[in-house]
Amino acid sequence: MSIAAILVAAVAPALLADPRQEARALELDREIRCVQCQNEPIAQSTADIAGDMRVLVRERIAAGDSDAEIRAFFRERYGDFVLFRPPLDGRTLVLWVTPALLLGGGLLAVLSSRRRKGESGAALGPEESER
Amino acid sequence: MIVEVGAFAAVLALMLSLAQGVLGLFGAKRESRADAAKATAQAAAALSVLAFGCLVWAFAVSDFSVSTVAANSHTDKPFVYKIAGTWGNHEGSMLLWCLVSAMFGAIMASVRGAQSLGLWSRALAVQGFVTAGAFIYTLLLSNPFARLDPAPMQGAGLNPLLQDPALAAHPPMLYLGYVGMSVPFSLALAALLEGKADQAWARALRPWTLAAWTCLTLGIALGSYWAYYELGWGGWWFWDPVENASFMPWLIACALVHSAIVTERRGSLATWTILLSILGFGMALLGTFLVRSGVLTSVHAFAVDPQRGIAVLVLLAVALGIGFTLYAWRAPKLAQPSGFAAVSRESMLVWNNYGLAVATGIVLIGTLYPLLVEALGGGLISVGPPFFNMTVAPILAALFLLLPFGPMMTWRVGDFGGAAKRLAPAIVLGLITLIATLTLTQGRGWPALGLSIGVWLVAGGLIYLWNRIQRGEGNTLRKLAVLPLAVWSMSAAHLGAGVLTIGAVAETGFRTEQAFALKPGEGVVFAGRQVTLLEVGDVDGPNYAATRANFRVDGLRDAQVVSAERRFYPTSPMPTTEVGILPSWDGDLYIALGEEIRGGDGAWTVRFYHNPLVQLIFLGALMMGVGGVLSLISIARRPRT
Repeated sequence: MSIAAILVAAVAPALLADPRQEARALELDREIRCVQCQNEPIAQSTADIAGDMRVLVRERIAAGDSDAEIRAFFRERYGDFVLFRPPLDGRTLVLWVTPALLLGGGLLAVLSSRRRKGESGAALGPEESER
Repeated sequence: MIVEVGAFAAVLALMLSLAQGVLGLFGAKRESRADAAKATAQAAAALSVLAFGCLVWAFAVSDFSVSTVAANSHTDKPFVYKIAGTWGNHEGSMLLWCLVSAMFGAIMASVRGAQSLGLWSRALAVQGFVTAGAFIYTLLLSNPFARLDPAPMQGAGLNPLLQDPALAAHPPMLYLGYVGMSVPFSLALAALLEGKADQAWARALRPWTLAAWTCLTLGIALGSYWAYYELGWGGWWFWDPVENASFMPWLIACALVHSAIVTERRGSLATWTILLSILGFGMALLGTFLVRSGVLTSVHAFAVDPQRGIAVLVLLAVALGIGFTLYAWRAPKLAQPSGFAAVSRESMLVWNNYGLAVATGIVLIGTLYPLLVEALGGGLISVGPPFFNMTVAPILAALFLLLPFGPMMTWRVGDFGGAAKRLAPAIVLGLITLIATLTLTQGRGWPALGLSIGVWLVAGGLIYLWNRIQRGEGNTLRKLAVLPLAVWSMSAAHLGAGVLTIGAVAETGFRTEQAFALKPGEGVVFAGRQVTLLEVGDVDGPNYAATRANFRVDGLRDAQVVSAERRFYPTSPMPTTEVGILPSWDGDLYIALGEEIRGGDGAWTVRFYHNPLVQLIFLGALMMGVGGVLSLISIARRPRT
């Protein structure tokens, strides 16, 4: 393999033959963070290391790893920082639970304010229901 | 000398803003004092214009003895970007913040409308203190008029990424929106002090929330469009902290635009509208903090200074502290007028506000969470697009499923079944889209669902418009003529949401990208097009050198030539990309030029993207902005009562 071919491989990693596997690789590329850039996934970054990381993703897929195993692989190598999808653990519990709490809390607030109004408000007159 | 005049004018404007605040508070009971507050507000605005004008002048003539000019400008820069450079940096943009705040204060002072003396005067007072706070911060911590001695011969230059027409307009637009949220804040605090938030209050509030929302919409769209064609990776939204910083005030402003309608028309939801007004300004200040402090790593982190960040945080704490204290103290005493049925125009707008508020909360926690974890010693984590797509997108989808029902409802008591019957064609179209997309893509569930929601929004919006047109008398032309502008404005905004959804889902779900190594004369087939690299050559710009590659594209239409560039600015270590974009009916072909491959016999790396229907994203945002402008016009034309 000539140097040029290796360099081309770095920017244009050999696509996986199976289009479904390649689609998986692209999905993963979008949620793994380039460790050198400001705030970019490796799918977007033009940095050399991002190219290497894209090749790595495809190597792991070709080796038969699942998405979860690949995420774990990168996490072990570079730490949690590398995952744009933060794994659920003690540190991120609050993050992942908050959306549900907001949804539930908001719903309770809306319903309880409606009930208060329902008690105090008089029955609707027919003329009032006209626009 | 002119720079010193500017500094002096800024200090005077600060003093006058403080006077405006004090006079406004005492003016609530005495007309003459309120009139004095009005006069000071107008004078403060005039002096702010003078101060800002002096800074523009310093940039225009490249006065490098002014430190911010020396740090951010360059004699080689095209004239228009010298002017735009005034607000393309921290100090100048903060002065712009002050200017906008003072101008809004003057407009509030000049247009009293049907506001009571107490409301008008107190709102002027709060706005005066907001302007004063901004001036204090600007003059003490980021003085745009600071001099350098000795003055350098040449400036350091503007970040080359910012030398761009969309980005010249992006910050002022966003600032109009951010600072625009200060007026609802002032009106909300005034209503709490006054102990009254009635329909007249909401009538004063609405144009400001609409204006702020419209400016935020257009400002975010400009930034997104800029990111799309300038950053060179084909993306338009990345849930970047700084994008979120503008998205959160937008979400709150959007909720406020809707809740203020309920308060104005029915007198309901007044306390909630007040709370949103306070939160909206809080989000705008938080946005300023996130952008200016550099606490979050982001592509926008070009103005990094933790000390300034802390100062903005103090301002935020003061504003929210006073706001929430007043709210907790006075809001329970506000009158709670008439109720409404579980199915009604009001209840639909409540669900709209519920969804938007929850979405704001999620964006907030997702944006700040990495900071919290790090501050608590938990190390570095990232919260990125997968989190937000998983949590915010379903909420927006649910909101959009409900949206077409909203305008179909009557106030007080609505008829859900009747609305569903009238919307039946849109429901059918949505389902057809869902099934067709699922079939054609072999079961790609999320994009199919997203596209069908977009189609449902557009079809539902058109049905509403059609129903309203049919309500008129006479022939079609006559019916169109008598249709209220408010109907057009709402339809434009809601249809825009649908158009944007279709574009966003199509682009996210079906984009393709591929990198190639090409020598001049070589071609590849990509996204149904034959793309050939014609030649690569050097060209010179006004203050940069560029490598330009020309491509011929055969396929959908006659052969077309499109070029992509890499630009090298002597003032910047990193080259920038100027992508080549060839739009056609099915989306953009998007070409980013990489580097020449060493030892590659003159081969270059190029990345091709096909971004389906991506133009609809920006068209949709533009339609929403047009909707906001039309709504403002319809309010302005309304007879005053």
